Amino acid sequence: MAFTKKIGIAAAALLGAVAFSNLTLRAQEGGAHESPNPTRQTWSFSGPFGTFDRAQLQRGFKVYKEVCSNCHELHIPIRTLGQPGGPGFTEDQVKTLAATYTVHDGPNLQGEMFDRPGRPADFFPAPFPNPEAAAASLGAAPPDMSLLAKSIKFERGFPAFVFDALPIPGGMYQEVGPDLIYAILNGYTKEDDPNWNLYFPGHKIAMGKPLAAGQVDYTDGTPTTLEQYSKDVAAFLYWAAEPSLEQRKRIGARVMIFLLVLAGLLYFTKKKIWADVAH
Amino acid sequence: MHGHSTFEPKNGVVKWLEARLPILSFMHGSFVAYPTPKNLNYWWTFGAILSFMLIAQIVTGVVLTMHYTPESTLAFGSVEKIMRDVNWGWMLRYAHSNGASMFFFAVYIHIFRGIYYGSYKAPREVLWILGVIIFLLMMATGFMGYVLPWGQMSFWGATVITNLFSAIPFVGDEITVWLWGGYSVDNPTLNRFFALHYLLPFIIVAVVGLHVWALHVCGQNNPDGVEIKDIAKDTVPFTPHATMKDSLGIVFFLLLYCWFIFYVPNYLGDADNYIPANPMKTPPHIVPEWYFLPFYAILRSIPDKLMGVIAMFAAIAVLAFLPWLDTSKVRSAKYRPIYKIFFWIFVVCAVGLGYLGAMPPEGGFVLASRILAVAYFAFFLIVLPLLGLFEKTKPVPASIADAVLAKHGSASSVAASAASAPQTKG
Amino acid sequence: MASATTVEPTRRDFLFIATGAVAAVGAAAVVWPLINQMSPDASTLALASTEVDIGAIPEGQIITIKWRGKPVFISHRTEKEIKEAEDVNIATLPDPQTDAARVQKPQWLIVIGVCTHLGCIPLGHQGEYGGWFCPCHGSVYDTSGRIRKGPAPRNLAVPQYTFLTDTKVKIG
Repeated sequence: MAFTKKIGIAAAALLGAVAFSNLTLRAQEGGAHESPNPTRQTWSFSGPFGTFDRAQLQRGFKVYKEVCSNCHELHIPIRTLGQPGGPGFTEDQVKTLAATYTVHDGPNLQGEMFDRPGRPADFFPAPFPNPEAAAASLGAAPPDMSLLAKSIKFERGFPAFVFDALPIPGGMYQEVGPDLIYAILNGYTKEDDPNWNLYFPGHKIAMGKPLAAGQVDYTDGTPTTLEQYSKDVAAFLYWAAEPSLEQRKRIGARVMIFLLVLAGLLYFTKKKIWADVAH
Repeated sequence: MHGHSTFEPKNGVVKWLEARLPILSFMHGSFVAYPTPKNLNYWWTFGAILSFMLIAQIVTGVVLTMHYTPESTLAFGSVEKIMRDVNWGWMLRYAHSNGASMFFFAVYIHIFRGIYYGSYKAPREVLWILGVIIFLLMMATGFMGYVLPWGQMSFWGATVITNLFSAIPFVGDEITVWLWGGYSVDNPTLNRFFALHYLLPFIIVAVVGLHVWALHVCGQNNPDGVEIKDIAKDTVPFTPHATMKDSLGIVFFLLLYCWFIFYVPNYLGDADNYIPANPMKTPPHIVPEWYFLPFYAILRSIPDKLMGVIAMFAAIAVLAFLPWLDTSKVRSAKYRPIYKIFFWIFVVCAVGLGYLGAMPPEGGFVLASRILAVAYFAFFLIVLPLLGLFEKTKPVPASIADAVLAKHGSASSVAASAASAPQTKG
Repeated sequence: MASATTVEPTRRDFLFIATGAVAAVGAAAVVWPLINQMSPDASTLALASTEVDIGAIPEGQIITIKWRGKPVFISHRTEKEIKEAEDVNIATLPDPQTDAARVQKPQWLIVIGVCTHLGCIPLGHQGEYGGWFCPCHGSVYDTSGRIRKGPAPRNLAVPQYTFLTDTKVKIG
C-alpha cells in the first residue's frame, strides 16, 4: 500500500508542477502589454432561450449604415434584413432600402457594365473595390464585418473556459465576440491618441475612434450614447454573423425535450428487459 | 464466430434468399443471437455510439458535399452559404463539425476503456490493432475535413501539419511539395484533401467491418476480463439486451452532442476559422482542434524538428504494440490495484498534454509538456512491461457468472438488485 | 415471475410500443432536414425575377435571356408573324390556345425556351411554321410558340411577366 501512496504523491506533485508553471506564466503575461478581458454584457440573445431584440438590431443596422459601412464591407445579402429571426424589416422596407444602393452589374446585351439600383438579392456593396484599395486609402484594410462577431475572441483561461460550455448559471458563454466589439468601441481611453485602445491586442488599433455620442439619430427615444451605439451595433453584428441563432435555439429546446423523453422511455424499457438477468 | 444463430427461415422468399446469400442468418447471428457478456457496463456502449457517429458523419458529410465547393476562392463562401441560405444548412454544418469532436470524444473513451480493462490482450491483438488503424484514419479524415472551410486556421493548420513531412531526411521537401501539389498549401491541396476527406470515411467503414468481425471471432471482453465459459450462464443475447442498453447510451450521448449543436456550436471550434484563409498572415496562435492537442504537445515538447515529428507519430504507434508491452496475465484493472493507479495517472497525463497543447510554447508550458511526454511514454515502455512482472493481482473470478454472483452477494438477492444496479464503475 | 404474466405483458407491450413510436418520430424528424436541404435555398428563391431592357430588340428578332437557369425567348414579332399566329384555327391544335391568351402585347412573345417534350432548347425562326424547331426530336412550334407537329405534348410555357415600361419587362 505504501507504494500506492507514493505514486499518488508523485501524481499530485506532477499536477502541482504543471499548475505552478501555468500560474507563473500567467503572472508574466499579466504585464503592461496585456489587454484586460472585456466584461460580460447582458444580451437578449444569450442563454438557451435567447432571441434578438428587433428594435436593437434595427438601431444597430443604422449605426452600421451611417458609420461602419463607410470603411467596412458587410458581405451578406440585403434580403436577409427581412428574414425571420433578424431585424424584422418588412419586405417593402427591404426593397426600398436595397434601391438606395448602387450596384455594379453587367454585362448587358451591348456588352457593357452598368450601374443599377440595388435589389434585395444583392449583397451590401463594399466601400472599396478590393482590400488593396482599402489599405491604400486607409492605411490598413478594414475586415469584412459579416463574420466579425464570430471571428474575434479573447482567452478565457482555465477554469472559465470549461464553464463557458455548460448549462449552469453564468455558463453557456457564447458572446465573446460582441463583448469584445463593445469593449473596443468603448476602449479609446486616451484622449490624445485616437489609435490607442485598452482592449485591442497590443493597444495599437488602425481604426481611429469611430463612434461618439450623438453621432447617429435614434428615432425611438433610445439614448444616443456611445455605450448604446456600441451595444446596438455589436448585437447587429452578432446577428449578421449568426442569423440562424433564434431558429437554432428554438429547435434545440424541442430536441432536448424529445431526447429526455426518449431517454426516459428507453431507460424503463431497458430496465424491463434486463429485469430477469443478473448482471 | 460463436455461430449460435437460431435463425430458421419460415418465409419462402427468405428461404430462397438464404440458399443463395445467407445474409439474414448472418445478421441474425451477429446482431440478434450473438452472445454478449451479461456483466458489460455502460463504457461498453461506446462501440455502438461510435458506429452511430460514423454513420451520422457520413450522412451529414454527403449532404454538405451537395452544397460545398472545393475551390480555394469559393470554399469559404460556399460554407457561409450553407450556414446562411441552404435549408437547414446551419444545422447540418454544425452537426458535422461538432460531430467530428464528438466522434473523437467517444473514440478516446473507447480507447481508455480498452486500456483499463485490458481489451487488447490475447486473443484480441488484431482487434486492437485494427482499432489503432481506425484511429489513425480518423485523425487523417478529421484533419483534412478541418481544412475544407478554408479559413485561417484551416489554411495554417494544413501548412503546419503538411510541413511535418518536410522533417523526413533527404526527401522531406520533395514529399511536402508533392503533398501540396505546388510550393505552398493552395488550391491543388484543397482539392486533394476534399477528395480524400470524402474517400477515407468509407475506408473507415471497411476497417470497422474488420474490427467488428475480429470482435465477433474473439467475443467481447468484459469488466472482469474473463472469457465466456458457458453461454447460457455468462451471456445474454445481443438483441434485445445489448441493443437496448446501447440505444440508451446513444440517446444520452445525443443529449451531449445536441447541446453542442444547438447551444454552443462554436465552442469547440476556433474563432480564427471565421476569417478567410490569408497566405500572407499567420494567426498569433496556431492551435489544432482539441482532439489533436495531446499529440501536438508532444511534438512541440521536443526542440528538434525530426525528433519531434518522430515522437508525435510514436505516441500513436506505441498503442499498436500495447498487447505485447503489457506483460500481465490479468486483463482487467479491476483485479490489478497498482495498474489501476498508473492508468489514472496516464489519463491525467494525457489530459494534461491536451491542455498544454493549447497553450503557447513558452516557459513553464514547454517544461511541463516535456515531463508529461516522458510520463506518457514511460507508461507504455516502462510501467506496463515491468508491472506485469512485479504486481500482486487480486484473485480473478472463475467465470462471468461467478463475478456477477460475487457482486450481488448471494443468489437470492440477484433478481432484486439487478434492475437497480447502474454499472458505471471504472 | 410466473404469477406476473397476466399484468406484465400489457404494461410491457405499452412501454415497448411507446418507446418505438417516440423513436420513430425522432427518426422522421431527422430525415426531414436531410430531404429539405435539397430544395432551392434562400439565395435561389431570392433571384426568382429578372428585368430585361427590350427597347433595343429590332422587329423580327428573337433574343434569349437566362431566367432561373433556363432560357427565355423574347420575340419581337413582325406584323406577318402576328397575323399567322392569330389566324390559326385553334381547334386543329394539339394544345388549343389563342394567341391572345399567350401574349400581353401582340408584338412581344415571351416564352420559356424549353421544349415541352424532353427539355431541349428549340431553334428560332426554323421549322415549317416559322416559329421554333427542336433539333432533338423534331417538335415544331409556330410564331406563338404553340406545338404544331412532333412529339411535344404542350405549347412552350409562358412565364409570369409584367411590363414595367414600354421597353422594360420584369420576368418572374
